[in-house]
Amino acid sequence: MGESPKRIAIIGAGQAGGQTAYSLRQHGYDGEITLIGEEPAPPYQRPPLSKAYLKGELEEDRLYLKPVEYYAEHRIALLSDAQVVAIDAGAKRLSLASGSKVSWDRLVIATGARPRRLPLPGAQLEGVLELRSLADADRLKARIAPGARLVVVGAGYIGLEAAAVAAQLGLKVVVLEAMPRVLARVAGPEISEFYTEVHRAAGVDVRLGARLEGFEGTGRVTAARLSTGEQIPCDVALVGVGVLANAELAKQAGLSLGDGILTDRQGRTSHPDIFAIGDVAFRPLTHYEGGARLESVHNAIEGGKIAAAALLGAPHPNEDVPWFWSDQYDLKLQTAGLSTGADQVVTRGDPASRSFAVFYLREGRVLAATAVNAAPEYMVGKKLVAASASVAPAELADKSISMKDIGAKALMSA
Amino acid sequence: MPKITYIDASGQERTVEAKNGMTVMETAIKHNVPGIDADCGGACACATCHVYVRADFLEKVGKPSAMEQSMLDFAENVQENSRLSCQIKIRDDLDGLTVTTPESQH
Repeated sequence: MGESPKRIAIIGAGQAGGQTAYSLRQHGYDGEITLIGEEPAPPYQRPPLSKAYLKGELEEDRLYLKPVEYYAEHRIALLSDAQVVAIDAGAKRLSLASGSKVSWDRLVIATGARPRRLPLPGAQLEGVLELRSLADADRLKARIAPGARLVVVGAGYIGLEAAAVAAQLGLKVVVLEAMPRVLARVAGPEISEFYTEVHRAAGVDVRLGARLEGFEGTGRVTAARLSTGEQIPCDVALVGVGVLANAELAKQAGLSLGDGILTDRQGRTSHPDIFAIGDVAFRPLTHYEGGARLESVHNAIEGGKIAAAALLGAPHPNEDVPWFWSDQYDLKLQTAGLSTGADQVVTRGDPASRSFAVFYLREGRVLAATAVNAAPEYMVGKKLVAASASVAPAELADKSISMKDIGAKALMSA
Repeated sequence: MPKITYIDASGQERTVEAKNGMTVMETAIKHNVPGIDADCGGACACATCHVYVRADFLEKVGKPSAMEQSMLDFAENVQENSRLSCQIKIRDDLDGLTVTTPESQH
């Protein structure tokens, strides 16, 4: 274990940046930590912004990852509302928009991602919103009132979660998806079909293969216009069509980029003293060849723990298989692993019962599991994925065999 | 305000004042009590806020929901008195509640 760096700066005060700071202190690191975020709030959880927070069930301070006093008590200089405009990798110094400079011995880039914007007419109109930050959620919340008309553009998790909340709060909701199925980028067709039906049953008008041409209105949005000429009247529109990695600072600093900032297993970029983690980083994954740029809480937390350990020369933390969840209506979707490359799909349970799971296999080994209101399938599935276990598809599909038994048998021989 | 006591795996006790309506997990985070990770932030999605409830409070705390029970069934080092602390809401009659945190949540 080498000598610890004296000054560590972290750009981005989201879940990944925050976790890095917490883990550094947990390891007993005694040097300077500067945590720089563009938003006014201290590091907070983003997932509830499209779920419980949007629904009004959680107050803002319940989203905070640590109480406000934590930062001063742990000598973490939290610079909020602060924007880094340049990284000088040679002089090891950051320039802030305010004109001040922050010097560092090691740097962690956790700048996350930003919602992709649609280059369409009317996209700038008032009432055309996105959902990434607390401020975004507050803007959307302010327009959520029973009877209001919401158009959601993009049927990914963010869009569908917001649609579910809005429908439950009595809004008239239309979801426009350009692809032939919902969740096309993130889930298999079985899950897509299930959620389409769930939303339709809740009164949401789900339009698949819908081509949006622009938004209508003078000053504020009044309708979404489709390529068919149809206009869908709305009071508010939410655009959720994926995110772009905030890799501009890294690019300007000369770091190697691909889909995000390229890092090694420890989170180190092409510059030995600069690390990148969270949504912005493309990293090797223990359980999958190649690697990936993941957008999830699991990835943010794990990246923070990995970078903190690497910065201090501590042992590499255990890596979990990628996991993710989504809450819509009374349904909890939980997924473990990545299904890319699967050659076989096994469904366990009847989707009509609103409790089922889909397993993705390659050459008989479990690559990923997605469970809807099926915690045993998720919990055991996660272990099967981690062990890359072989399971007989017929047994996996057989509800008369418990997940406990399936897991015990497969993990014993894995 | 009800008081909650957290005992970590090494036996160290921390007693904090809790607010009704908050969860046992949130109260730990708010007071910087170590031993509870709560990666998913309280969505009953990750089982990293596992605690052991002291026997005298088991009945008052109540039974886990079906979802929580299923998560617990497959979590590590589970005992009869295991609960996910994000699913226990603080009420006046939980004053004095004592929970122990496991050595690791992962």
